[in-house]
Amino acid sequence: MLTVRGISRSFGDHRVLDEVSFDVKPGRMTGFLGANGSGKTTTMRIVLGVLAAHGGSVSWLGKPVTPAHRPDFGYMPEERGLYPKMKVREQITWLGRLHGVDRATAQRNTDELLADLELTDRADDRLEALSLGNQQRVQIAAALVHDPDVLILDEPFSGLDPIAVETVLDVLRKRAANGVPVLFSSHQLAIVERLCDDVVIISKGRIAANGSREELRRRHAGERYEIVVEEDAGWIRDVPGTTILELDGPRAVFESEPQQVLRAALDRGEVRSFTPVVPTLDEIFKEVI
Amino acid sequence: MARASFSQSTWLVAEREIKTLVGSKGFWIGFLFTIVGLFALTVLPTVFGGDDPKVAAVGSAVRVVQGKQLDVREVATVEEAADLVREDEVEAAIVPDGGGIKVLALNDPPNDVIRQLVESPPVELLDASAVSSGQRAVTVIVFGLVFLMFGMGGAAIAQSTVTEKQTRIVEILVSTVPVRALLAGKILGHTILTLAQVVVLALAAPIALRVAGLGELLGVVAPALGWFVPFLMLGFVLISSMWAVAGALVSRQEDLGSTMGLVMLAVMGPYFGVQFFYENATVLKVMSFVPFTAGVAMPVRLFGQQAQPWEAILSLVLLAATVVAILLIASRLYTGSLLQTGARVKLAKAWAPAE
Repeated sequence: MLTVRGISRSFGDHRVLDEVSFDVKPGRMTGFLGANGSGKTTTMRIVLGVLAAHGGSVSWLGKPVTPAHRPDFGYMPEERGLYPKMKVREQITWLGRLHGVDRATAQRNTDELLADLELTDRADDRLEALSLGNQQRVQIAAALVHDPDVLILDEPFSGLDPIAVETVLDVLRKRAANGVPVLFSSHQLAIVERLCDDVVIISKGRIAANGSREELRRRHAGERYEIVVEEDAGWIRDVPGTTILELDGPRAVFESEPQQVLRAALDRGEVRSFTPVVPTLDEIFKEVI
Repeated sequence: MARASFSQSTWLVAEREIKTLVGSKGFWIGFLFTIVGLFALTVLPTVFGGDDPKVAAVGSAVRVVQGKQLDVREVATVEEAADLVREDEVEAAIVPDGGGIKVLALNDPPNDVIRQLVESPPVELLDASAVSSGQRAVTVIVFGLVFLMFGMGGAAIAQSTVTEKQTRIVEILVSTVPVRALLAGKILGHTILTLAQVVVLALAAPIALRVAGLGELLGVVAPALGWFVPFLMLGFVLISSMWAVAGALVSRQEDLGSTMGLVMLAVMGPYFGVQFFYENATVLKVMSFVPFTAGVAMPVRLFGQQAQPWEAILSLVLLAATVVAILLIASRLYTGSLLQTGARVKLAKAWAPAE
């Protein structure tokens, strides 16, 4: 498990991170959410050791992360960068070797990754000859070529079309399934919602919410229900202690003691559906930041 | 997982630098330029400057000029010969004068013609290996130019560093290998390439000298050339580390000009310094011990047999010590500025301990 405990960081007088703590568990995809400037990239850079923290600690498998660990991490920086004039396969293989993988393994991993990312036919092109979306896929390959123990990906999906998102997702899921902890930041909440197991929400340098996706939803669900009945549902406003949030013919969203409303509804006729309203990540996000 | 050792990382970085550079057109153009330039410098003067002077000869004077290295044109009368001189058709006219001969020329005594006509006394050189001033001048230019070209070639290190900063791959690199390995790899890669070029030049130089008919100069140049190589290599490492810092201080190719000035000075300094002062023994001696100019000045002194081997060794040790010091400074500056983006990084800021 990758453990981040109480890390802080300032740039000049500006405190960018304040006592940030969270865990990235093995085999789980952890989504790291936050508005622009909330401290996501700074946190990731500190975890990678590219930037020093002004307090707090990062540990991997119970031991503090040192520069010697860094080659075991797979990192995709927010500001993308590879050598524009180097050929794709050559470049990925080289990066693998730089991470300490022997040449044969690096070549094999490169070819597998390029196949998974549907880039095999571009393998001998220079990076700069590829479209931005394809360059982005190469960037993913660069982060994965050395079979990292931990994956830290800053906005891995930005700039990808929906098909490419699926391709990349498959590749990342495969890694997570093998027990690799994956931390990825994103501002595309819909993707995070679909993909991640755990969520960490950061706001203005502090952790605003943290836990598994289901747990967070439950925690933020409140007493909100949706009911659909046969005919007009307007009568609900007469049930004592009930607040109607939405009313649209036979459908209503309300906050109340649910059993009371359900009983009243059954007395009046048929109930088509009755469900607790689970907030979307989007709603939770807006609520906590 | 197996991790790359410092030396492996360094070597991987060096390997990539070499491959990239060898794969670029600019590298080959520059190298070709150097070779052609050096050949031209040594061969062309003998090709173009070697024609025999043209003269006109009249009557009995013809016999005198026969067998000399002169391009003779026989004419019937002295007037005719004088006209040829006036029309600049020939450099001089040799005409009978009493029992002997007389040389007619336009406004300057034609020394190269006169030399052919004079019986030279026998000459015995006491110090046969002593170098003529002409040979020295050629050597100064050649050593200076080679140093200049390779020194400027080091700018590729600055460019490669800026490319890494500009494309932001630097973030992946520093999260993977120590910054020192990056710096060491760059310098190593470019030094190996430079060494390879020097070897090619060293093999080509004797050919150039033979073609130029300067074969005998070879014996004189060879020992100085032997000294020139270590001086050139150490000097190159010194300048490379400065190029690397120049590259690390800026974030975009366009801004590179603002930091290259000092390095250019360190490259041009020895070239112009030695060109201007090689005839002043004292200045040359001082320059041959100053690490930045030693790379050219000491080999030139050795070539002129003005320096003892121990002086060369002392100067080499001084240079090596400076290289170590500059490398340490450069490595700190490089580390301090590599991840800074935006405007040009101030030296003081790059030097400051990491926050």
